[in-house]
Amino acid sequence: MSVSFALLGLLENGPRHGYDLKRTYDDTFGRDRSLHYGQVYSTMARLLKNGLVEVESEPGDGPDRKRYAITHAGITDVAEWIGRPEKPEPYLQSTLYTKVVLALLTGRDANEVLDAQRAEHLRLMRELTRRKNDGDLADELICDHALFHLEADLRWLELTAARLDRLAARVRP
Amino acid sequence: MTDQPLLVADSLRLNFGETKALDDASLHIWPGEIVALMGPSGSGKSTLLHCLAGILQPESGRVSYDGRDLTAMSDSERSALRRGEFGFVFQFGQLVPELTCVENVALPLRLSGAGRREAHRTATDWLERLEVGDVGAKRPGQVSGGQGQRVAVARALVSRPRVVFADEPTGALDSLNGELVMKLFIAAARDTGAAVVLVTHEARVAAYSDREAVVRDGRVREQEYAR
Amino acid sequence: MTGRSLRRWIFELGLGARMSVAGGRAGWARLALIAAGTGVGVALLLCLAILPSALEASGARETARTEAIDSEREIARGDGTMLIGIATTTFGDDSIHGRMLQPEGSRPPVPPGVATLPKPGEMLVSPALQRLIERNPVLAQRWDARIVGTIGDEGLTGPADLAFYLGTDTLDEETGFRIDAFGHRSEDAGVDPFMVLLTAVGMVVLLTPVVVFMASAVRFGGEARDRRLAALRLVGSDAAMTRRIAAGETLAGAVLGLLVGAVLAVGAVLLAHRYGTGALSFFLADMRPVPVLVALIAVGVPAVAILVTLSAMRRVVVEPLGVVRLSHTVRRRLWWRLIMPVGGILLLWPLTGGLGDSPGSGTIEFQAATGVALLLIGLALLLPWLVDAVVHRLGGGGVAWELAVRRLQLDSGTAVRAVSGIAVSVAGVIAIQGLVSGIETQISSPGASSSAQSWHQILPKTELPVTTWTGALRETPGIQNVETVRLARATREGVETIVRIGGCKALVTYAVLPACTDGDAFTVNVASTGVFDIAGGGQWTAPASTRDVTAIDQLVDYGPMLLITPAAAADKFPPGETRYTVTLDRSRPDALEQLRNAAARLDPQALVIDPDNTAVADVLRTMRQSLLIGTIAMLALIGASLVINMAEQMRERRRVMAVLVAFGTRRRTLSGSVLLQAAVPVLLGMTLAIGFGSGLAALLMAAVEAPITVDWFGIGTTSGMAALVVLGTTAAALPTLLRLTRPGNLRSE
Ligand SMILES: Nc1ncnc2c1ncn2[C@@H]1O[C@H](COP(=O)(O)OP(=O)(O)O)[C@@H](O)[C@H]1O
Ligand SMILES: [Mg+2]
Repeated sequence: MSVSFALLGLLENGPRHGYDLKRTYDDTFGRDRSLHYGQVYSTMARLLKNGLVEVESEPGDGPDRKRYAITHAGITDVAEWIGRPEKPEPYLQSTLYTKVVLALLTGRDANEVLDAQRAEHLRLMRELTRRKNDGDLADELICDHALFHLEADLRWLELTAARLDRLAARVRP
Repeated sequence: MTDQPLLVADSLRLNFGETKALDDASLHIWPGEIVALMGPSGSGKSTLLHCLAGILQPESGRVSYDGRDLTAMSDSERSALRRGEFGFVFQFGQLVPELTCVENVALPLRLSGAGRREAHRTATDWLERLEVGDVGAKRPGQVSGGQGQRVAVARALVSRPRVVFADEPTGALDSLNGELVMKLFIAAARDTGAAVVLVTHEARVAAYSDREAVVRDGRVREQEYAR
Repeated sequence: MTGRSLRRWIFELGLGARMSVAGGRAGWARLALIAAGTGVGVALLLCLAILPSALEASGARETARTEAIDSEREIARGDGTMLIGIATTTFGDDSIHGRMLQPEGSRPPVPPGVATLPKPGEMLVSPALQRLIERNPVLAQRWDARIVGTIGDEGLTGPADLAFYLGTDTLDEETGFRIDAFGHRSEDAGVDPFMVLLTAVGMVVLLTPVVVFMASAVRFGGEARDRRLAALRLVGSDAAMTRRIAAGETLAGAVLGLLVGAVLAVGAVLLAHRYGTGALSFFLADMRPVPVLVALIAVGVPAVAILVTLSAMRRVVVEPLGVVRLSHTVRRRLWWRLIMPVGGILLLWPLTGGLGDSPGSGTIEFQAATGVALLLIGLALLLPWLVDAVVHRLGGGGVAWELAVRRLQLDSGTAVRAVSGIAVSVAGVIAIQGLVSGIETQISSPGASSSAQSWHQILPKTELPVTTWTGALRETPGIQNVETVRLARATREGVETIVRIGGCKALVTYAVLPACTDGDAFTVNVASTGVFDIAGGGQWTAPASTRDVTAIDQLVDYGPMLLITPAAAADKFPPGETRYTVTLDRSRPDALEQLRNAAARLDPQALVIDPDNTAVADVLRTMRQSLLIGTIAMLALIGASLVINMAEQMRERRRVMAVLVAFGTRRRTLSGSVLLQAAVPVLLGMTLAIGFGSGLAALLMAAVEAPITVDWFGIGTTSGMAALVVLGTTAAALPTLLRLTRPGNLRSE
């Protein structure tokens, strides 16, 4: 899911060839999970079909000659995705990370991304806190477990916010 | 719900030498709501709280409370306002060490002119409400951190303020004690209808609020009013 | 002790010393305070150690230049003799030592500091007198002589000594003394035991607060130190180690204080040399401290400092946690604090029967001084207990009161230590004031005030015609009435009586006369009827109107006396010694000096008696004044230490203060609590001090057999001063308070 938005977002700064796209993705988000070429092309095919990208063919042939460019609809979709806080759940750092980096890459306000997410987290935490304080011991224990996890996420959000400048310098050399 | 905010900070600026502690900070507090002020350390949360409470005077901008301009008041008028309408909880070092706990709680009432006996009776009730009825005769040095902080909460609420300012009230406590203090604090504040401005960097503490405002580099990002 | 444990000792003392400076600015400030406090004390002690030898040296110089007059031995005129006349005079309030010298041969004795004797019409003056003459032309006219040189240092008691030698050829065996040497071998007349007692008590009264002050000085910053050491104790240093570390810390301050004190004492010596006057003017070479006393100070001050520290450490050693958490205090015990005052009373009690007249035995004075010292130190010891006991019974009241009382309950030590200094001074001063006024009432007659008619008397030594004197006096500017009193002697039933013959205006200077016209006669201490045998022949019968009256001034013991107006005397008495009585024009400030000039020019040996100046009362007044000055200095010192204590306490409590201000506490309430916090101990201290002081005064008055009275004046002034100290302290602490209650102090770090 987030891979397609990530690829789409990477196109915002200009059209790219497929292999170029894969390399940039790997550099920026890949870490230990680099993309297969096949994954790139299949994703692009889907995005093409949905009208979010278009292909600029260059002279010559073969798949490598295709350059992908983002459409207006694509830009709107990316913006909408970045701006929308994720539903707080465990292990969503990779998605958030992708969003923050993309925001930085595309000149959007990454702080806003983080703040929106923080608000979403807090909203859930409030609810859990309320449930905990109204409920019995079992509720309390269960809610606390969730709360501690959410709190860990929030700490991560905070740290990321504090390190945005360094991150920006790294992804936009 | 009233349609007028109780406490408004409007474009506050305050520098400490080179440091811009507040840089165009604005905030609205509505009656009875609990607002968490979050943000990294050094971002200006405490400074904003002190300005809102009339302890510090901003260099520019306005703070108004209930339609009155705090920044235009004299020091003694602001003191009187703090005595009568505001309550405070700080992180530590806030109880007067030589007074007993019940005397500490009675202090705001006595400052506003209440008689000793009556003040002590009210103070004792509040200590009980915060589940520290047994430490009344002890001095702060003789009680635990969590108990001390609950005494401090009792002291902040005893005069039935309309706004309670709390700066990292659980900062020096472990999570269990912190939770207990927050639970009792917020329940009591909701009971009395006091608005709370809660400075904290802990999400679980902030979760007791109705909404949060994030302070970053002396500016406030205020969340939409959520209720 | 093994070498290893010695090394550990030294290490721990050194650790303490290092800790005292390693505390950053606060550490240095504390060290500086201790050094300054002990320094001032040490300087005072050193000055007191210098005083005896300096007084002795200047006394020796005085003896060396005093003519050797021996009433037992008749000196025959010879080649080595000289006639001298006593020409000592007064200028303003300063006494000027003066001698007329008239050699009778070729080898006359020469006073020290003089190379060649002045010839008639010449004079030698001391440098100080020379300067005085240069500044005051009136004084230059006093002697009909030319200044030909100055007296050398060997012949002077101090740099400010006023002295002169006047060459003359007018003396004869009647008007001068014959001497063959200078250097008076005194067979100690013995000092008045009252004065010895006064001096001893005065020393104790001044010394005790110094000691108390030093004891509180070494505890400056003690609260912070206690907490630091308690922390050390918590991390595992044992009680003995903690004590040694504390001792090391204090030692650093005390040693520094010794240095500071030495420097200050040298400064005081230089000042005394430069500006000292009268009896307190000494040559530099004479101001050598008594070595034993110096050694005592050098060893005693650090020792006392360490003892005080160790006793103060009790709390840290006993319950380190309590110190760290400011939770509860050690209650003070009463019994051992009573030992000293009870001992003092036991020592003083036997004296209440009276001192007797046995001078110089020393034991009684020692007993009195020890008793007084014990009582005063006992007062300093009792005060903390009293404050503790009282404060724990206090309650109620407003917020300021509550804050102050609770603070004192938690820790009254700091405030009380400073106050005990005040209390000791005040008790001492009240005791001394009481004693002095007791002695005063004893020696001055009830009617003494009527002598304030400002009649000046002139007692000539050389016989000159009466008209010479009256003529010269009448011509002197500023002199208004000139009256003469002729002296004669008479006996009645074996009682020898002095007879004074003069006008009514002159006679009122001797006795309280109900009414007087020419022809009246009065008697003092002698029957007012009967026939008197006149010395030199003849008889005089007291007229029927003769009345018995009381003499004016009992300071001078007139004995039996006949006061007779010229008409009543009826020329029955032979011509005799005549005295002159004049009044001065008060509007002329130099009238008195003109009178002295006129008298000295006619007869340098003539004595001019100034009614405002009565010797004993003067000594007492000086004593009282110097005590008062000493006390004021002490109080200032103590006020300073109170301010320091209070500022320190407030600095430690700055966050609490800031929180209180955040709560909307009025600054008035806070300042009020600061004021009360200082006032309560001072009030208690004053009460105790007034009680002790009055009791002590009563004991001492009983000892000198004076009627026991309460010295309300002394109580009033000292209480007023103490109140001033409290107010001053509070005022001085207020800026700190305002600074500390700024909201910046709300920040956690
Ligand atoms: N009294 C003061 N003097 C100097 N600098 C101050 C003072 N109070 C605050 N600051 C500075 O202002 C900034 C904001 O401080 P503060 O409001 O205490 O931050 P926060 O409470 O968010 O941690 C910080 O950089 C801090 O160092
Ligand atoms: Mg803060």
